[in-house]
Amino acid sequence: MSERSLRGKVAVAGVGETAYYRHGQSPDPEFVLCLKAILAACEDAGIDPRDIDGFASYSNDRNDPPSLATALGTHELRFSNMQWGGGGGGGAGAMANAAAAIVGGLADCVVVYRALAQGQFGRFGQGPRATTLTGDLALTVPYGQMSPAQWYAPKAMRFMHEHAIGQEALRAIALASYHHAQANPRAVMYGRPLTEKTYDESRWITEPFHLYDCCQENDGAAAIVLVSAERARDLKQTPAYVLGAAIGAGYRVHSTPAGFATPDLASSHFKEVARHMYAMAGVGPADVDVVQCYENFTGGVLMALVEHGFFAPEEAGEFLKLENLIAPTGRLPLNTSGGNLAECYMHGLELQIEAVRQLRGQSTSQVPDAEVSLAVAGPMVTPVSTILFGAEAVL
Amino acid sequence: MSQAYLPPGLPIPVPERNGLSAPFWKGVREERLKVQRNPRTGVYQWPPQWIAHDTQTFDVDWVEVEPRGVIYSWTRVWHPVHPALKDACPYIAVVVELPHAGRVRMLGNLLGDPRQEVVIGAPVAAVFEHHNDADPPFTLVQWRRTDGEGS
Repeated sequence: MSERSLRGKVAVAGVGETAYYRHGQSPDPEFVLCLKAILAACEDAGIDPRDIDGFASYSNDRNDPPSLATALGTHELRFSNMQWGGGGGGGAGAMANAAAAIVGGLADCVVVYRALAQGQFGRFGQGPRATTLTGDLALTVPYGQMSPAQWYAPKAMRFMHEHAIGQEALRAIALASYHHAQANPRAVMYGRPLTEKTYDESRWITEPFHLYDCCQENDGAAAIVLVSAERARDLKQTPAYVLGAAIGAGYRVHSTPAGFATPDLASSHFKEVARHMYAMAGVGPADVDVVQCYENFTGGVLMALVEHGFFAPEEAGEFLKLENLIAPTGRLPLNTSGGNLAECYMHGLELQIEAVRQLRGQSTSQVPDAEVSLAVAGPMVTPVSTILFGAEAVL
Repeated sequence: MSQAYLPPGLPIPVPERNGLSAPFWKGVREERLKVQRNPRTGVYQWPPQWIAHDTQTFDVDWVEVEPRGVIYSWTRVWHPVHPALKDACPYIAVVVELPHAGRVRMLGNLLGDPRQEVVIGAPVAAVFEHHNDADPPFTLVQWRRTDGEGS
């Protein structure tokens, strides 16, 4: 094991979130949501919020660390970090950056956070309203290609074509999220189950994505507090240790919206990234007990699971069946809180939280004796990121 | 202007003030399809960049390429996300690969019946869609099947 590793050196001590709302429904401004989530994570960890000395986020979160540190009255600010690019693909990256800061001695107690009030600000799923456009946007928007669903659909379409994968594979991913949301009172889709029939009859958004293949847009905030492994052992929650993490992309993966030009189009861009993550973690896909995989669109989950080594593309139809994907008995329980599709689109940070809850035994769809818990951020974007958490027993 | 594939009201493509993609937008006005190529190695690239990705030279050529390709992937859009497209769905966007130009890929619309079966690997040719009445005028590169299908 290389000394240059995060393995076992950092742990999640606290997780927190606000209530999750449909987009535009938050009674609080975004900054207040952010503060509330951070306070909830500190409460969960049993630490004084003023002891936070580092902040890390992603996707150009609007709530900057100096403002948060000032508002919270933290004693000092030692780490102020933004993961570049990739939108929700930066979620595990922000966790990795926070962990690296702690291992490197830059900070002692770092909070990773994400807040969204899409009523207060713009929505993700709407096209640009400019009268003229330049650069990569000029090459797609005039052709009616202007939302994430539209930009990513050809990636999934090509992958499904190359490997003869049917719509049922995407449907199983959507059904798994909705299934788990029915056990999770936090979930926006709690009490709103999804059936195969409802999925099949739902409208297309952009082929191959039906309505239920696409994430929600939500308001809310989530936060995660990381500290050194030694300190985590003295705090109130069972530590979820970072085993491995990686950030990046392969060869010439173009930023959205020029993704159509990426040489390896039919990819979620985890081929190299997952390999680096597993190498750091010292475990492989067969050791993973439970997976949270960011559903911007189900096609991205399909490719990300393949690229994390859970099954070959040719096995996708066989593997991606609902019974294989649900806790507690499935071969690979997936998105056990309901995920972006059915719990809340908190830009995937809710998936990181769920990965931690699985190791604590606190999930509403608990996988028995879960010890190795994966959280995958933002497939198909660039850069992407992925992180593996482990219980004390696997260190 | 002949009938455009999508209704008016979408953003108009223009070159950057620094002119990076200007040769492309000027070329399509004259029904010439131009992409970038490294003059020393012959390696193509698209979309335009300031630098050749294989040798890092800033001396990158613009070359005219035959306006044809094959469908590499596609999507059919049913849910509009722009007011101008409210009544325009469904419409088809295709990713077209240019095998004779280093397999660079472009994005456009597939002309013809919007409900047609789209076939990955099918041959297509460019159709220069002029928007002469727009301010400023511009031209889009659309694609049509050349194997007799899709209309």
